[in-house]
Amino acid sequence: MTRTLQAPVTVAFDYTRSVGPVLGRFFTGLRDRRLVGARLSDGRVVVPPPEFDPTTHAAVAEFVDLPDTGTVTSWTWVSEPVAGQPFDRPFAFALVTPDGADAPILHAVDVASADEMSTGMRVKVRWAEETQGHLTDIACWEPTSDAATGAAPETSVASDDPVTGIITPTSVDYTYAASPEESAFFRGLSEGRILGQRCPACGKVYVPPRSACPVDGVPTTEEVELPDIGTVTTFCIVNVPFLGQKITPPYVSAYILLDGADIALQHLILDIPADEVRMGLRVKAHWKPRDEWGTSIENISHFAPADEPDADYDTYKHHL
Amino acid sequence: MRDVAVVGFAQRQMQNFDGSPQCVELLVPLFAECYEQTGWTRKDVGFWCSGSSDYLAGRAFSFVSAIDSIGVLPPVNESHVEMDAAWALYEAWLKIQTGEVDTAIVFGFGKASAGVLRRTLALQLDPYTMTPLWPDTVSLAALQARLGIDAGQWDESAMAEVVNRSLTDAEKNEYAIRAGGSTVEDLLARPMFADPLRKHDCAPVTDGAAAIVLATGDRAHEVRERPAWITGLSTFSDGLQLNTRDLTRSESAARAAAALGGLDGVEIAELHAPFSHQELILRKELGLADDVRLNPSGGPLAGNPMFTGGAIRIGEAARRIWDGTADKVLGHATSGPALQQNLVCVMEGRNN
Repeated sequence: MTRTLQAPVTVAFDYTRSVGPVLGRFFTGLRDRRLVGARLSDGRVVVPPPEFDPTTHAAVAEFVDLPDTGTVTSWTWVSEPVAGQPFDRPFAFALVTPDGADAPILHAVDVASADEMSTGMRVKVRWAEETQGHLTDIACWEPTSDAATGAAPETSVASDDPVTGIITPTSVDYTYAASPEESAFFRGLSEGRILGQRCPACGKVYVPPRSACPVDGVPTTEEVELPDIGTVTTFCIVNVPFLGQKITPPYVSAYILLDGADIALQHLILDIPADEVRMGLRVKAHWKPRDEWGTSIENISHFAPADEPDADYDTYKHHL
Repeated sequence: MRDVAVVGFAQRQMQNFDGSPQCVELLVPLFAECYEQTGWTRKDVGFWCSGSSDYLAGRAFSFVSAIDSIGVLPPVNESHVEMDAAWALYEAWLKIQTGEVDTAIVFGFGKASAGVLRRTLALQLDPYTMTPLWPDTVSLAALQARLGIDAGQWDESAMAEVVNRSLTDAEKNEYAIRAGGSTVEDLLARPMFADPLRKHDCAPVTDGAAAIVLATGDRAHEVRERPAWITGLSTFSDGLQLNTRDLTRSESAARAAAALGGLDGVEIAELHAPFSHQELILRKELGLADDVRLNPSGGPLAGNPMFTGGAIRIGEAARRIWDGTADKVLGHATSGPALQQNLVCVMEGRNN
C-alpha cells in the first residue's frame, strides 16, 4: 500500500479572450491565411505584432502583410511531445523569421526526423484546413525550395470583418495525492470509521485531520475515532442551481460538529424540511449501503435528524 | 537602509514527494530547523512570506493551507508571491526596510512531479501567441541554446563542462537528487533529449521546500557570529514577447547586476540556471570574473525544486559566509521562460 491515496485530476477551462486592435489584426490575418506583422519604432518588422512598442511603449499601429515563407533561425527536436502540441509524434519546434520580418515566430516544422532540420533552411506555412482566427490556423511550417524574393512587406489593409476574440481550451493533468493524514481519513471511511487527529499541544481534535495544527504548527499525531453523530453549528439553504449539482434545490448544506471534534465537517442535511433545520439540531450520519463504499466522504450520503433534543448553545458556541 | 542579513536556511529536495501539494509536512520540520538555528520561536518572527503556485500540482489555494505549518492563531503577519521564494525574500527585505518588522522567514514549496512540469510551465507564456502551441519549457531552452551555438557564443563542450562540474560538486550535497561527475566526452556521447540539449543539460524535475531566515541588526548578531549581510538586492524582468528578445543574452540579468554597481569582489556565486547553457549566459551578463567559484552546491542541474530553486541559491551562498569560506557571495534566482526574470542578492561577511 502506498503511503498516500492518489488519483488523476484534470483541471480544464476554456479561456475566452478579446484580442484587441493589435492582436486582432494578427488573428484576422490568420483567418484570411495571411501573416500580419507590425513595423516597430526602431524599424524592425515583427510578427506576431506586440501590442505596445518595446522601445516607445506606444500602441503599435503600423501593420504589414508578410509572405508565408521564411527561414529557420533556431530549432529543436521534440523527442517526447506533450499533450496539446502541434504533433503527437516527435517533431521540430522552430523559430522562423518570415521573409521581410526582422524577428522570428515560434511554431512547429513538419519533418520526419531531426536530420532534416537545419538552421537557415527554407520553410513555408501549411495552413489548417479550416481557419478561424487562432494561432493553430498555422498548422505548421514545412520545408520549401522557394527562395526569398527580398521584396519589402506591404502595408496591411484592415478587414471590415475583424476577429474580435479567441477561445483557448486549457487543460492540465495531475496525479493528485492526499496528505498522509487525509489518506488515513479516507481509508477509515472505506471501513465505516470517521478518523480525526488530536494536536499534542492544544488538545484540539481535527476532522478531517490536517498535517499540522493550524494553531500550534505542530504535527497532529494521535489518531481519534469519532462517532457519526453531532450538532449542526451553522448551515445555509442552497436555492441556486449550479453546474454539477446532484440534488434538486432547495436543500441544506451544514457544518456538523461531531461529538468529540473541535472542527466542524461540512455535509448535507436531508430527511427534514429545509425550513426546519436549525443551529443546535442533533444529526446522525446516513451511510450508503456498504457495497457502495469507497475511500470517499460520499460513503455518508447525508446527515439526518438524530431524534434527540437540540444541543445547548454553550456546547458549540466556541466552534462557530 | 537597514542592515538585513540571512541568518538561517533549511531545505528539502526529492524526486517524488509522496504527500499533498500543500507540503505542510515538509514545511513543519524546516521551520523547526530554523528555530533550532536561531533559538527563536515563531513568536520571534515578524513577517512570513511564501512563494508557490497552484498550477504546479492542481491544489487550489495551497498557499493558504500551507500556513498551517506555521501555526497561525493568533494570526501572523503573512504574504505570498506566485514566484520563486527568492522574490518572497525580496518582499520580506522590503518589509523589514519599512521598519515595521525586524525579522522574517521566507519559504517556498512545490510538488512539480504531480504534473508534467515542462508542459505546465507553458501556462506562463503569452496566452494568445504561444500557449496554444504548448511550447514546453525544455523546447524553449533548446531554441535558446542553439541560437548561442550557431552564433559561436558557446558550444556543446562548454555546456557539458558546466554539467560535469555541477554533478561532481553535487556529490558533496546531501540534498542533490542528481549527482556524479563523469567526463565531457562521456556526457557528449549521451543521446539528445531536445536537440541540442541532453537530459543532463536540463535541471531534473524536483519536489521540495526551503526556508530562509532574515534578521536586522542586533537580531542577526544574536543568531550568527558572521551573518550574511545583504549588501545588494535587485530584480529586473525582460518582456513577455520572446521574439523581441535577444535570447542569447539576458538583459534583465545584466541590468540587475548593474543596478548594484556590478558584482566585483564576489568570490562564490550560486547561479539559478536550470539549463547548462544558461549558466554561460548568466556568467557573462552578470559580469562575473573568471576566478569566481560557481555553484559549489552543485547548483540547479543537481536539483531544482520549482518555486524554491532560486531561494536555495541564496541560502547556499549565505552558508559560505557563515562558515567563513568567503567574504562576498552572490545568490541569483530566475523565473519565467529563457531567463526572463532575474534577481541578484549580494551578501557579505563582516568580522565584527
